Amino acid sequence: MSDSPSYDSTAKAGVTPMVLAEGVSKSFGSNEVLKSISLSVKPGEVLCIIGPSGSGKSTFLRCINHLERVDAGRLSVDGQVVGYRQHGDKLYELKPKEASRQRREIGMVFQRFNLFPHMTALENIVEAPIRVKGIPKARAVERANELLARVGLADKGDHYPSQLSGGQQQRVAIARALAMDPKLMLFDEPTSALDPELVGEVLDVMKGLAASGMTMVVVTHEMGFAREVADELVFMDGGVVVEAGDPREVLANPQHQRTKTFLSKVL
Amino acid sequence: MSQGNPAGPATGSVPSPAGAPPSEPIKAIKLRHPWRIVFAIVLILLAVWFIVDASQRSAYGWQYVGKYVFDKRISAAALVTLQLTIYSMVIGVILGLVLAVMRLSPNPVVKSVAWLYLWVFRGTPVYVQLVFWGLFSLIYPHIFLGVPWTNLGATFDLGFMQNAFIIAIVGLALNEAAYMAEIVRAGLLSVDTGQEEAATALGMSWWQTMTRIVIPQAMRVIIPPTGNEVISMLKTTSLVAAIPLTTDLYGVARDISAVTYTPIPLLIVASLWYLLFTSILMVGQYFLEKRFSRGVNMRRPENREPALATGALPAAGAPDGNDLGGKG
Repeated sequence: MSDSPSYDSTAKAGVTPMVLAEGVSKSFGSNEVLKSISLSVKPGEVLCIIGPSGSGKSTFLRCINHLERVDAGRLSVDGQVVGYRQHGDKLYELKPKEASRQRREIGMVFQRFNLFPHMTALENIVEAPIRVKGIPKARAVERANELLARVGLADKGDHYPSQLSGGQQQRVAIARALAMDPKLMLFDEPTSALDPELVGEVLDVMKGLAASGMTMVVVTHEMGFAREVADELVFMDGGVVVEAGDPREVLANPQHQRTKTFLSKVL
Repeated sequence: MSQGNPAGPATGSVPSPAGAPPSEPIKAIKLRHPWRIVFAIVLILLAVWFIVDASQRSAYGWQYVGKYVFDKRISAAALVTLQLTIYSMVIGVILGLVLAVMRLSPNPVVKSVAWLYLWVFRGTPVYVQLVFWGLFSLIYPHIFLGVPWTNLGATFDLGFMQNAFIIAIVGLALNEAAYMAEIVRAGLLSVDTGQEEAATALGMSWWQTMTRIVIPQAMRVIIPPTGNEVISMLKTTSLVAAIPLTTDLYGVARDISAVTYTPIPLLIVASLWYLLFTSILMVGQYFLEKRFSRGVNMRRPENREPALATGALPAAGAPDGNDLGGKG
């Protein structure tokens, strides 16, 4: 793409951004969901993306770990183009094996948890480390128990997902993603499917994760979380970034009319 | 479950059953069902009447039933029927799995091939197919693989297609594959796409995702109808007479009765053996279904609405606590 010069210029700027999007566009058929999205996330930063449903924020998140393919623009994670290999100024599509190698460094947490229902919480967590990374079972189990304790579920390892509450399931899902030692965590509306009183326990785990220095991109409707934890807030609507900046400023003093309208409805 | 989790963020208070108002167990006169009893008695009387009557009818030839039910020829034939069932089922399931994956493939060529196969093999009666396979070696005594209209290539003898036992397995398996393909396809489609996505996001390959995540969950949907297919296959083997193959249970029973002129007792003998096998299969199916429903229906369907999830909260879960007692 013609964007490659700007890609090089940002690399010179110092720290390689963990996520760098330049003019990312994506269509489903004739429906353009993402229209030239540009943003960057530095290592250790937390980016929150807010916006009405259908604004493309989840699609953007799914593009970051190549669950969706980007049509135009350039998206890279830790300096590597997502889904492609770059040779000079030519891009080669990655083989499934190479793409999955890229994905295992990016953890993802889903709105509907997507735990494997036929496996216990512990089995859910050790599955990928054992099968994908080839970690010995004993070590994977030990690490999984540490992670379960970290998300406050030390005694729930032998429970099946159907025996856990929504909040507990989502915390297991976070532990499962962390078990791959990702350098970036993506959260796709992690609390939207939860009962109000269960939201807090998941957000607490996420706050702890942010405090530990994890780079996170969070699509959320929790403005309180965004205000407290995010380093940067992005408001998306209709497939474009309408407004971005310090979360406290954007939430308190939105500049654009669309942001104002949206915030007046959710705050 | 009921004691909450000390390490986790507290989300609710410990339940206090003691705080509830004292409740007395309801003592009520149970609803009676007199007609059930009457109906049962009538049925039992009819059954007794039928048995007494049957035991006195000479046409049943009970002494022949006793004589032939453990006959060596019959038990050997039962073994042939079992072999036919197992071999054709194994091949049918594997081929069915391949066809199911082909039908779900994004490749239109592969998809059409699978569709054509299903169209032919589900659209014609299995009896007709078996007759056809019996005549196969008349049409193709040998086949030539190589460049057409030249001598480059090799000729393969298809003499084995004159062996009735092999023809029977090929015929039954190819027909079964078409039905298994639909069963497997329904099973694979029943698994939530989020499962595949979660596995992919964890860096698992397509093969790992299928074998570790999707297929184990699809099994829950695939097993019950497959059990039915096995039972159905056991009985369908009696149609191999069309090939003709006569070493199976029904074939041998008929051969013996043709000599002894006792068709009815030998039909009963064959039926008893078929019933024995299908009963064993039903028991096996029960345990398989139990094995593959792990993690599901232990408390309630896992795809419950979030609004219902409160029931699983430690704070509200006390009355359900017993359900989980067994799971450790």
